[in-house]
Amino acid sequence: MNDPRTLIDKLWAAHEIVRREDGESLLWVDRHYVHEGSFHAFSRLAERGTGVAEPGLTFAVADHYVPTRGPRHHIANPEIARMVRQIEENAAKHGIRLFGLDDPRQGIVHVVGPEQGLTLPGLLIVCGDSHTSTHGALGAYAFGIGASEVAHVLITQTIWQRRPKTMRITVDGHAAPGVAAKDIALAIIAHIGAGGATGCAVEYAGSAIKALSIEGRLTLCNMSIEAGARCGMIAPDDATFAYLQDRPYAPHGPDFDRAVEAWSTLATDGDARFDREVALEAANIAPIVTWGTSPEDALPIDASVPDPAREPDEARARYLREALDYMGIAPGRKLTEIAVDRVFIGSCTNSRIEDLRAAAAVLAGRTSKVPGLVSPGSSLIKRQAEEEGLDRIFRAAGLEWGESGCSMCVGMNGDLVAPGERCASTTNRNFRGRQGPGARTHLMSPAMVAAAAVTGRLSDVRPLLAGRKA
Amino acid sequence: MDKFTRLTATACPLDVANLNTDQIIPARFLKRPRASGFGEALLHDLRFDAEGRERPDFALNRPPWRGARIIVGGRNFGCGSSREGAVYALYDYGIRCVIAPSFGDIFSGNAVQNGLLTAVVSDGDAAEIMATLAHAPELAVTVDLEQQTILCGNRSYRFAIDPVCRHRLLEGLDDIALTKSYRDRISAFKASDQRRRPWAAPVLGPAVPGS
Repeated sequence: MNDPRTLIDKLWAAHEIVRREDGESLLWVDRHYVHEGSFHAFSRLAERGTGVAEPGLTFAVADHYVPTRGPRHHIANPEIARMVRQIEENAAKHGIRLFGLDDPRQGIVHVVGPEQGLTLPGLLIVCGDSHTSTHGALGAYAFGIGASEVAHVLITQTIWQRRPKTMRITVDGHAAPGVAAKDIALAIIAHIGAGGATGCAVEYAGSAIKALSIEGRLTLCNMSIEAGARCGMIAPDDATFAYLQDRPYAPHGPDFDRAVEAWSTLATDGDARFDREVALEAANIAPIVTWGTSPEDALPIDASVPDPAREPDEARARYLREALDYMGIAPGRKLTEIAVDRVFIGSCTNSRIEDLRAAAAVLAGRTSKVPGLVSPGSSLIKRQAEEEGLDRIFRAAGLEWGESGCSMCVGMNGDLVAPGERCASTTNRNFRGRQGPGARTHLMSPAMVAAAAVTGRLSDVRPLLAGRKA
Repeated sequence: MDKFTRLTATACPLDVANLNTDQIIPARFLKRPRASGFGEALLHDLRFDAEGRERPDFALNRPPWRGARIIVGGRNFGCGSSREGAVYALYDYGIRCVIAPSFGDIFSGNAVQNGLLTAVVSDGDAAEIMATLAHAPELAVTVDLEQQTILCGNRSYRFAIDPVCRHRLLEGLDDIALTKSYRDRISAFKASDQRRRPWAAPVLGPAVPGS
C-alpha cells in the first residue's frame, strides 16, 4: 500500500519533471499569469532574443496600473500609461491572451483566474505577484515568483523549487455572524506571526474552512503570504466543483465529470502527516482589525492597542512605540475610539461579489461619515453588483463606485491615501506607506470597513447587523 | 550574473523585524527599466523625509555605513510583495550580502537570481553582530561563502544557506541555460502529462461580446 499523502504531496508529485541530487526539483507550470509589472521579464526575453514556450498556458491581465476612478482610456500620467501599453504590446507580440482594459472580463488577476475557470484544482500556477497564493482556494498549488523566475517560466514553462515543509492549519467549529474569512485569516496571522509559515506550504482544513464559500476561501488563501507561507490551499470539494461548473475555461460536459473524478482524489489521505500542525477554534474568533504596520498586529475589535510601557521586552517595546507613532495612535487606546478618514473596499483579498454584498448589507439605508472608494474585483463583478443594485447602496451612502483593478491597495495607479490619513481597508497589507507615503492602513473585513464608514471610527459590525440579513 | 565568493566591507545594522519589500522599495519606483538603476530608491521613505531630505538618524545615512556593502537585518527580512525591485535596489546601492535570522521566501529566491547573498544566522548571533557594529561602526566584516562564515571583530559565526543557492552564487550560474539542458525530459513529461491529466488544459472559452 502506498504511504498516505497530503494534498501538497500529491500536487508536487504530479508536477515533478526532474529531481536533482541536490534536492531541487524542476516542476511543470500549468498556468502562468502575467500583468503590467511583468515587464522586466519580457525585457529579459527581448535581450535573449527568445519567445514564450507555451503562450496557450500564459494569460495576461491589466490590473496593477489601470485607472479605477474616472475615465479608463485616458491615463494622464505617461509613465502609468506606458505600463498598461507594455503589457498589451508584449501580449500581442507573444500571442498571449490578454484581459485588457477594453475586455469585459478584465479585473484583478487573482479574481479573474478563478472567475474564468482558468484556475482549477490540481494545477500548478505561478504569477509575478505574492498574492498568487489566492488560487490555492480551489485546490491548486499556486505561488508568487519574482521577475527572473517569470522570465524562466516564460521561456521554459517550468520552475525550480525545493520541496517546502508542510503545515496544516485546522479551524473547527462555527464562526459567529459578522465573523468573515478575513477575520479567520487575521486571527491565524496574529497567532503564528508574519513569518510563522515561512518556507511552508499550508493546507487549511477543518469544519469552519469547509463551511466557507469559495469567495471566503479565496480571501483566506490570499492572506497566506502575510504569514510568510509559500502557498495556501484547500482540498477541492463539492462547493469547489459547483463553483467551477460552466466557467468559460474549465472543462465542459463529460470532460468536466471526468475532471471532478480526478480532482476528488486530491484530498489529503487520512493518516498523512504534516511537518507542523496549528489549530484554532472558530467560535473564539471575533471581528478583527489591525492597529500597527504588520498584518500580525491584529486584535479583536473590543481590545485596546498595546502600551509599550507595559512591554518587558525592550526590542518589542521599541517596535510598539515606532508602530504606534507611525499610526498616530496613543498607547493603550481602545480600538473603537480610533477615528478613520476614509474607507477602501477592494483588492484581490476582498473585492468579490460576496464581499460587496457583505459591505452593502451594512451600508444599506445608512450614510458613510467619511469618503471612500469601492473597487469591484473584476468588470464582470462590477456588472453583477449593478444588476443586484449594490452600486446604488454604495453611492447612496456617499461612497465612490469605481472600476476594477489593484487600485488603492498598492496605489500604483495613483489612487493613494494622503499622508497622515487613516484608512479602514479590506486589503492585505498595512505596511508603512503601502497605500501611499505616510498613509495609515487598518486591515479588516468588508463588513467591518462598512461599519467604520457608518460610524466614522473603527467599530464592531455586529450591533449594526441586528435585524438585517448579513 | 556576478559570482560571490568572499567579501570584506562595512556592514550596516537595520534592527527591524519584518522589514518588507514595500519598505525596501516603495511601489512608485517600480516603473523604471532595470538599466536606469534602482539604488537611489533603496529604503527611500526610511532614508528620506517627505521633502526628500536625508533623515540623519537612519543607520544607512550615517557616515561609516553609507558605503556599506553588507546589511544585518532582523527576522523575516524581505517579507511581503514579490517585487524583484527590492533586490535590484539593494544590489544597485552596492549591497552584496544581507545577514538576518530569516528571510521572506520570494525575496531570497529573487536574491540568488541576482547575485545577492542572503546569509541566515541565529537570532542571538544577529543581535551580537549588531551590538558589535553599534560599538565599532567602521569595523570591516568578512563574509566567506565557501566556508559559510562571517568574521566580525574577533568572533566568527556560521551562517546557513541552501546548498543549491550557495553553488549558484559561487559559480554565478544562469538558471535558464541549465533548464534548457533538460529539454528532452520536459518534452517527455509534457506528452505523458497530457494523457494523465487531460483536464489540465484550458479549453478555449465561448465567445464573449467585446472580446
